[in-house]
Amino acid sequence: MIFEGVRFAWPGSARFRLTVNNFVLARGERLLLIGPSGSGKSTFLSLLAGIVAPDQGTVTVLDTDLGHLKSSARDRFRSEHFGIIFQQFNLLPYASVVDNVALPLSFSPKRRARALAHGGVELEARRLLDRLGLDAAAIDGARASNLSVGQQQRVAAARALIGSPELIVADEPTSSLDRNHQQAFLDLLFADLDRAGTTLIMVSHDESLASRFSRVVRLDEFARVERGTAA
Amino acid sequence: MIVLRLALQSLRNRWGTALLTALAIALSVMLLLGVEKVRTGARQSFTDTIAGTDLIVGARSGSLNLLLYSVFRIGNATNNITWESLQDISKAPEIAWVVPLSLGDNHRGFRVLGTTPDYFKYYKFRRNQPLQFASGQPFADLFDAVLGADVAAKLGYKVGDKIIVAHGLGNVAFVEHDDKPFRVSGILAKTGTPADRTVHVSLGAIEAIHADWQSGARVAGQAVSADDVRRMDLTPKAVTAALIGLKSRISTFKLQRAINEFPKEALSAIVPGAALQELWGLVGTAETALSAVSLMVVVTALLGMVTMILTTLNERRREMAILRSVGAGPGTVLGLLVSEAAVLVTTGVIGGAALLYVALFALQPLIDRIYGLYIPLNPPTSYELSLLAGIILAGIVAGLLPALRAYKLSLSDGMMVRV
Repeated sequence: MIFEGVRFAWPGSARFRLTVNNFVLARGERLLLIGPSGSGKSTFLSLLAGIVAPDQGTVTVLDTDLGHLKSSARDRFRSEHFGIIFQQFNLLPYASVVDNVALPLSFSPKRRARALAHGGVELEARRLLDRLGLDAAAIDGARASNLSVGQQQRVAAARALIGSPELIVADEPTSSLDRNHQQAFLDLLFADLDRAGTTLIMVSHDESLASRFSRVVRLDEFARVERGTAA
Repeated sequence: MIVLRLALQSLRNRWGTALLTALAIALSVMLLLGVEKVRTGARQSFTDTIAGTDLIVGARSGSLNLLLYSVFRIGNATNNITWESLQDISKAPEIAWVVPLSLGDNHRGFRVLGTTPDYFKYYKFRRNQPLQFASGQPFADLFDAVLGADVAAKLGYKVGDKIIVAHGLGNVAFVEHDDKPFRVSGILAKTGTPADRTVHVSLGAIEAIHADWQSGARVAGQAVSADDVRRMDLTPKAVTAALIGLKSRISTFKLQRAINEFPKEALSAIVPGAALQELWGLVGTAETALSAVSLMVVVTALLGMVTMILTTLNERRREMAILRSVGAGPGTVLGLLVSEAAVLVTTGVIGGAALLYVALFALQPLIDRIYGLYIPLNPPTSYELSLLAGIILAGIVAGLLPALRAYKLSLSDGMMVRV
């Protein structure tokens, strides 16, 4: 994954501007990205996942220049190669747990094929949930919104992992969990990542987690955020 | 596919508001379709009331007025037409038959029609059906009466019963022809026309019950008994109107003109179909207004739906971001919200149509009995179907409004989710 001379501003807001001159991440790495809120990490992740394209420069992921893809192709690319975990409220509240886990497969034929190769969508979803420590009662409970926050994060992790995407992006996935649950969650997540050799980019402001990662970088070491006065 | 499934799940999650929204649309569709059904039903039942008659003759008046009082028993004749004039007209060689009509009395609120036995032969309704007898037969004796189906049903009469006719048209009669009771000789089968609410007697009977009357009141000391009256000359002096059948329709306008220019008396002859057209022209404005109002109700319901979706949009930005993160494009987000609108409006339209048919099925006999309006339970006409399809289309277009808003939001939100 390579960022080169990237400049980006959100359309309609002239105030905020992110510049990344050079940033490279090798396959299989475990990156911990440290940045307080407002440091541009959401924008950085949006660029990385191809939700937005850079105004200048190139973002290359898995040898693909995202800037050269049309937005629909970027959406497709994201569904095929990324698993994304948010800080909280990761689930569609009205869908079942299994449907939530299987959601990316509806948009990615490759990941669906991989899940099918592992014995079917439902089976694979349940296996992942089981490995992440979610019991059957919670899985078959009425709706995703009835789960505890810790359970919800595990479902989100299962959704990110299903169909084995190459990159997992986690935006402070443990910040809404207490310390014990944090450790347990990361143990389970890392165990699964090791199995497939998946690249992990995790954002956090908690430097105590650093020992688990192959690389720890502060966002402000390579990215510059400009905040002009109100335009 | 996944989009429709998510839309359904999302709606099920908010089933309360979704149901109310669909119900509002359903009720508005029911109203719109109901107005349309009543409109066509009313037209049909008017058109069905008179068939096989080529001309209607009466005293000079507006053609609509003549049509309404002679055939539909609505309103009153301004004047009568003398028996001599009618005889003169009847001599025209183009005429096949003439059925005189004499109105002015009632039996407990039902109009009494004096006519000839030919009435049962020549008066036709709904695609040229003649009147059928449910029981009994046409009047033979002077004081025989033939009842319409509704009269017999409402008042519980059967063949052989005695009835008394009251003078005038009011429901509450103060003066009755109680000295000359009638015997029910026959009861007609239900027709869905004013004939159902009419008591038919012979022209002679109308003369007979008024034999001892002058200027609308009984003349004291001159009572004529029912037996005496049989020996009198009961040829009417005047009738209210007459139905005319022609040997050939080609001569319709020639004869109409001849009657309109009849030298001895001011008469009018009308072609029923043309007079009905005049009626539609008159009530057309009211129909249009009614349709416009019900259409506005549909628009209101659709606006309600758009409002419902728009208000949920902010709390659903999180949901949009999740969908975007798993690879859904903004187009999918747009599709999701349009699908929701489509599901709501389609449910509403189908539900509304179903509600209307259930209501029609349940209320049809009641409407028929109270208003004399027979609304057939037909499958929707192609016009009604296109109306319903139009509503669904309008609902989907209206659904684009919140969907486009969501599309923009999901573009600008990216991976950031502001809750």
